[in-house]
Amino acid sequence: MHMPLQDNLGLNLLAANEQQASHNREHFDQWRLLCLNIMSSPGAGKTSLLERSLAQLSGDLAMAVLEGDMTTQLDADRLGALGIPVVPITTGRCCHLDAGMVSGGLKLLCQRLDPAKLDLLWVENVGNLVCPAEFEVGEHLKVALLSVTEGDDKPLKYPVMFREADCVLITKIDLLPYLPVDVDRIEAHIHQVNPRCTVLRLSASSGEGFKAWHQWLWQQLAKHQGPLPLANPMPSPALTTAQG
Amino acid sequence: MHEVDMTRALLRSLETWKQGHAPQLPRVGSVHLEVGSFTCVEPDQLQFSWNAAIRDTWLSGARLLIVTVPLLGRCLGCMATYSPQAEQGYRSPCCSHPMEEIIHGRELRIRSVDYDLSTPSP
Repeated sequence: MHMPLQDNLGLNLLAANEQQASHNREHFDQWRLLCLNIMSSPGAGKTSLLERSLAQLSGDLAMAVLEGDMTTQLDADRLGALGIPVVPITTGRCCHLDAGMVSGGLKLLCQRLDPAKLDLLWVENVGNLVCPAEFEVGEHLKVALLSVTEGDDKPLKYPVMFREADCVLITKIDLLPYLPVDVDRIEAHIHQVNPRCTVLRLSASSGEGFKAWHQWLWQQLAKHQGPLPLANPMPSPALTTAQG
Repeated sequence: MHEVDMTRALLRSLETWKQGHAPQLPRVGSVHLEVGSFTCVEPDQLQFSWNAAIRDTWLSGARLLIVTVPLLGRCLGCMATYSPQAEQGYRSPCCSHPMEEIIHGRELRIRSVDYDLSTPSP
């Protein structure tokens, strides 16, 4: 016998993903590490940002990278050259990382090192201003990049990404003298859709602005891990051996 | 393109719901969704990829009924509600305040599922 039934789910469409994301976050909290989800359109400078930040911070922080890329391992190879553990996650035709993929990446990372010894885990998302904004991976903070060459209208055209970000980095500011672009206008547009986020300007090629960016990172780490000094002030031996 | 991924995520959520009824298999007539206009989802595209994705699955024939929820903000200058517009930079028309509070428009919600239950054949 059939009975017409109705279940009121009131469930997020992405509930399955969110469940996995919370599960990832529980692990991160257990390991007392801070996880950042780095997002932007392709070519805005995510990998260049990581290259400079990893190089400057590696003396003080134990870090690892989960590197999302649609088809190649090119970015992972670039970052691997810095001696920081990098796990590539090839997403195939999928244009964002989801919590399940990150969970898979974490398993691989755990085979190489003890994650409890890490301070900071960077998740470099696939270059895309749309989907990554909706798919949590378990991160504590979302960082969105917008390069000055992309035009000042992008925060209004892709508002969800900039609305969701905790911090927006305006990148490639070394190019400002050559461009008819008003960086104040970019920043104003970001704040129109997200008045509470931190907006910082920097250039991975000149290094300008990295002091403030790293200061922001240290503040977030302190908030997350409790008062300084950090639990893991130096890269651990396990991490060093895992690099080879 | 990203609606394909959204559909996949929706199917995963419905799969979990289905398991809650095991060993009975729910036969789904329709799935009611609420999609906010301030999301990355285009309802037409979602409908299209849903129809393609459910073919020859346990959801075959199920209808996806989407209700669009418009974006509504509250101006923290004067507490009036307003419909933020991209052309106005999402600012409030009353005080030109940035878009701070969103009352609705971010929904991506499975509201309900209409189905019947058939006992598995022995």
